[in-house]
Amino acid sequence: MEKNVYLDNAAATRLDERVLEAMKKYFFEVYAVATSEFGYSLGIEAREALEEARGVIANKLGAEHDEIVFTSGSTESSNMAIKGVALALKEKKGKHIIVSKIEDFPVLNSAKSLEKQGFEITYLDVDQHGLVNFEQLENSIRNDTILVSIQHANQEIGTLQDINRIGNLCKQKGVLFHTDATHTFTRIPIDVKKIHANLITVSAHTIHGPKETGALFIRKNTPLTKWMDGGFQEFNKRAGLENIPGAVGFAKAVELVTQEENNKLQQFRDYLIKRVLTEIPNTTLNGHLEKRIPHNANITFHYVEGESITLHLDMRGFSVSTGSACFSKSLEASHVIMGIGGDHERAHGSVRFTFGRYNTMEDVNSVVDNISEVVEELRKISPLGKNS
Amino acid sequence: MKFPYSEKVLEHFRHPHNVGKLENPDGKATEGSPACGDMVSVYIKVDSETKTIQDIKFESYGCASNIATGSIITDMAKGKTLDEAKLITWQQATEALGGLPPIKAHCSVLAVEGLRAAIQNYEEKHGLVSEKSPTTIEIVNNRLKKIMNPLTGLDVVKTNLIKKIEIDNGKVSIIVDLPSTHQFAASIKEEVKEKIGTLWDVKEIVVDFID
Repeated sequence: MEKNVYLDNAAATRLDERVLEAMKKYFFEVYAVATSEFGYSLGIEAREALEEARGVIANKLGAEHDEIVFTSGSTESSNMAIKGVALALKEKKGKHIIVSKIEDFPVLNSAKSLEKQGFEITYLDVDQHGLVNFEQLENSIRNDTILVSIQHANQEIGTLQDINRIGNLCKQKGVLFHTDATHTFTRIPIDVKKIHANLITVSAHTIHGPKETGALFIRKNTPLTKWMDGGFQEFNKRAGLENIPGAVGFAKAVELVTQEENNKLQQFRDYLIKRVLTEIPNTTLNGHLEKRIPHNANITFHYVEGESITLHLDMRGFSVSTGSACFSKSLEASHVIMGIGGDHERAHGSVRFTFGRYNTMEDVNSVVDNISEVVEELRKISPLGKNS
Repeated sequence: MKFPYSEKVLEHFRHPHNVGKLENPDGKATEGSPACGDMVSVYIKVDSETKTIQDIKFESYGCASNIATGSIITDMAKGKTLDEAKLITWQQATEALGGLPPIKAHCSVLAVEGLRAAIQNYEEKHGLVSEKSPTTIEIVNNRLKKIMNPLTGLDVVKTNLIKKIEIDNGKVSIIVDLPSTHQFAASIKEEVKEKIGTLWDVKEIVVDFID
């Protein structure tokens, strides 16, 4: 196989071999269900592994052991948080929920689904960098507001929200706060002793861990109705056979992320942004220059279309993604790019580069060299931008 | 490696034929897709004796399907008479490309529409339109549907930017629901004149904004 330079690490990551090694035992040797402490030894060993993994996730967030519930990934975690709170508080407190308009689909579509069931949703605007309008948030909180769900960082443009300030506001107003930290967990520190979030979505698939494995932090005494019925697993908060190899893999993946690695990714990011913006004319950075996760660069190449760029890059061995309507199954332009500027053209030529453990500076240089050629070729055949 | 398109599409996408602009074209047109934001421009040189397409070029602000269809359809049209070229269908173009994913149909239809519109532009400019029915509000409205609203990627009719259309003795008056200071006001005005100006009985076009 030809060398592939994979720069779509926000979508999925290559599994780290050390994660697989850690998981293997729980497929082939300790494959039993996690039994109670009075079960058989294989089951007790399985339970111990699960609880040890839980401890690692809890530790990373500064949470208590029993505040972590394993799930099948970010989608489930966010559904569980939003729908769980909605069910728990709709009679007691109200049916108003606040989200930002650039949330990822698990949050956005959970909110839309509740809207159809009679909940009232406020979709907060964001500024040109993707930051939510804090005053609008403050003014939107009402007596019947039950939940604010604002992501820690954006999936496409990488903009970091000030969850510290948002959490404080929610606490002061007595409203629950959920944040989707899928794209920040282990890359940006989160300490729940300082950040007043009641619910936090995290996932393994973005940090070289297994897919379909995530967790939800549920702060003690957070009202949350269990919405998937079944057994009494996960402190009776999430029914279903525990994914022990997944949990063990997730914990291993968390342990393997280092500050050194995060610094390296940030160097890639800054270097790519700098090279592209200085070397390729008519380019715009999407997202905030500083308030940004270390491994994301998102740039619009004006006058050309994103799917054409990604296909050319794919044929040259690079995997990147775009917010262009042509790239999506739904043929809808990125709601994030539209949210920060309202301009279809900006989404049309946007390309997202997300870095991971297996990227090198050579990859970064070569993707910039290649995209520079590709964009130049495509601009030659574009009817736009010739006179400007 | 597994790519989402046929070898033929990829070949035309990688090395598109007949790309660029023609200086002083005999006919030209730009079509935009309301669905995805793609755009294509087609330029033709026509032999005035034989009415054959001597040269043809296209430009694309679009995705792979759009570029590949532009490439193949300009190949197919070159050397054909205008009447023959008009009959080239999207199905023929896609078959020649070895098929396209169904969801990409509108991106590639756009290239076919571009060719037809360029031929129509030539015919209108040269008085070759056979059926000279008087221009109606409906005809004007249909032409305005080809103009994109850059804010949404949808056409100006669908997004309710056209407030009023009036036709009086060859004079077409259009009111656009934007202030004249709007960043796209000038370009929309120009596009309106371009789309309507070639209609055989239109002598004057007035585009007003809501100030």
